[in-house]
Amino acid sequence: MTRTNLLGLWGLAAAGVTLMAIAPGAQAPQQPPQQPPAISLTITGESGALPHYAVPDFIPLSNDAETVAAAKTIGEVLFADLAFEREFEMIPRDTYASIPPARSLSAIPFDRWRELGADGLVIGTVQKQGDSLRVDVRLFGVKQQQAAFGREYVAQASNPRFIAHTASDEIFQSQLALRGVARTKIAFVSDRDGERLVGTVESRVVKEVYLCDYDGANQRRLTVNRTLNINPTWSPDGRSIAYTSYRRGVPDIFISNIFQGTIENPLHSRGEENFLPVWSPDGTKIAFQSNRDGHAEIYVMSRDGSGIRRLTNNPANDGTPTWSPTGRQIAFTSDRAGAPQIYVVDADGLNLRLLTHESYCDRPTWSPAPYNEIAYASRTGSGFDVKVLDLASGEIRQLTFGEGSNESPAYAPNGRHLVFSSTRSGRRQLYTIDRTGRDVRQLTKVGNNQTPDWSK
Amino acid sequence: MRHHRGMVGTVVLAALVVLSVGACHRSVPPVENPAPPPSAAAQAPTLAAPDKPPAPPAPVKESVVAAPAPIVEDRVSSASLDEINRNSPLKPVFFDYNQSDVSAEAQKALDANADVLKHNPGWIVTIEGHCDERGTAEYNLALGERRANAARAYLVSLGISADHLRTVSYGKEFPFDPGHDEAAWARNRRAHFVVTQK
Repeated sequence: MTRTNLLGLWGLAAAGVTLMAIAPGAQAPQQPPQQPPAISLTITGESGALPHYAVPDFIPLSNDAETVAAAKTIGEVLFADLAFEREFEMIPRDTYASIPPARSLSAIPFDRWRELGADGLVIGTVQKQGDSLRVDVRLFGVKQQQAAFGREYVAQASNPRFIAHTASDEIFQSQLALRGVARTKIAFVSDRDGERLVGTVESRVVKEVYLCDYDGANQRRLTVNRTLNINPTWSPDGRSIAYTSYRRGVPDIFISNIFQGTIENPLHSRGEENFLPVWSPDGTKIAFQSNRDGHAEIYVMSRDGSGIRRLTNNPANDGTPTWSPTGRQIAFTSDRAGAPQIYVVDADGLNLRLLTHESYCDRPTWSPAPYNEIAYASRTGSGFDVKVLDLASGEIRQLTFGEGSNESPAYAPNGRHLVFSSTRSGRRQLYTIDRTGRDVRQLTKVGNNQTPDWSK
Repeated sequence: MRHHRGMVGTVVLAALVVLSVGACHRSVPPVENPAPPPSAAAQAPTLAAPDKPPAPPAPVKESVVAAPAPIVEDRVSSASLDEINRNSPLKPVFFDYNQSDVSAEAQKALDANADVLKHNPGWIVTIEGHCDERGTAEYNLALGERRANAARAYLVSLGISADHLRTVSYGKEFPFDPGHDEAAWARNRRAHFVVTQK
């Protein structure tokens, strides 16, 4: 059966299929969002429950190994992606392995899917075309026996996961007007390659910046300077990563433009230490910690290193800044009252307020809108746990509870998840967690991995 | 990018060449036996140490001409930077948990380090501030910096030129002892001295 026949049988017009080409690889700049098709069926669950979704295996339209493997991957990844936001009740895939794959719209056994309790059914086909994959994804309302979403994707065959991620994000958008995070990435540092610093007497294992997909797939190394690199942060446009590197002996801020492959060193330290760069929400400025005036204070500069402005002025250490989503405030850590606590100050340096009253707090991370909260690491006993301060109510909720030491929380761009590092399984690894503390997933397993940041 | 990286590489290479040339040709005044520990009276930090030299005759000044052959075999001044740092005459100083105060014990170590530096006025030293693993990665950067600053300020108070003392904080990176107990933590809360130029 040819693809055209299949599309015809599935009801091309009814599904409102649009063709969307994904540029090669995961590095593609975001396409402008396409308007959902005219038909908009919102799939709901029974009597207020979450809608139940089934994602059977995608159908390979040829029997070559690559197509078969891609079809398998796309089905699995799409299932996991749709599960991630906890807005759909995902029906375990093994419970419907016996339901025969539908080769045409009229052949979809909706009765069987209804028996299974499925409200939404995602089916799809995969066809190889040269170096590309053509993937047709359909979401049906089982009760209505009607298409709720349909898209055809053409993308490089080397990364079928990205097709699934794109479909997931678009299904969330069309069904729930929710911004999914399946195409987002996480930057972090790792010593997994075990390379040692050259020219030191003590044996020192370097850390380099790595990237991975939100689900931990596609882990790859970004920096290759064989020194210590720490605390990478994403620019709002997802095209650059700022980080602290000791590559010139002194810690200084570097910016890797990850698609161009260029590196900037905006401050060009002459001996002063510059740490912990964080981008303003509009991407034009960077707040950072520096000892250029003798000890740790917070400064703001333009992205090119010009216009340096000191934000804090105190004999104590002020550091670890984070911007509010509007860019009008900056939260940071200070030990001006003894133990490190979280403070917030207007971006002009005025209106300082103390936010926490705990034994030791650090690494504040402001959530994206619509949430208005700050996550941070708080000492609880011998280690740290991730807590979240709701700025409107002042309430604090704790997300982790002493399983190892949990540090360096960072928000997903939709504010519904955080990534953090933890020693709960031995060495320090990265985990994601739902903003309410559920659904902990381990992303890394090799070496020590720390100081993550989630792309915006 | 390749161009940029190439430039960085060239700069680093050039710096290495300068360093190694300097190491080969710049003479360093010989050092006699290590200075005896300073007396109790001399332990209090003073701001104007230069007119109160330590007991043994220090090398007169940083000379640019070749120094006379040392009478006593002088391992330190003839050694390469690596050799110096491998068996460094500059001893680390240690700090209490979450503290950057220079304790009496740390003062003793710094006094001895100051004497070494006075005998090697050409040395440029990087003071590394380190922390144990119990603080957060981020805050420890500031704490390590404070420790390095404290060690540096004490050495400056003994008359060591501030221009010759650089500081770098590593936070809790690069622990000296990879263990996870009190003994390891105590060894990791330190200011570590690295001779980076001589």
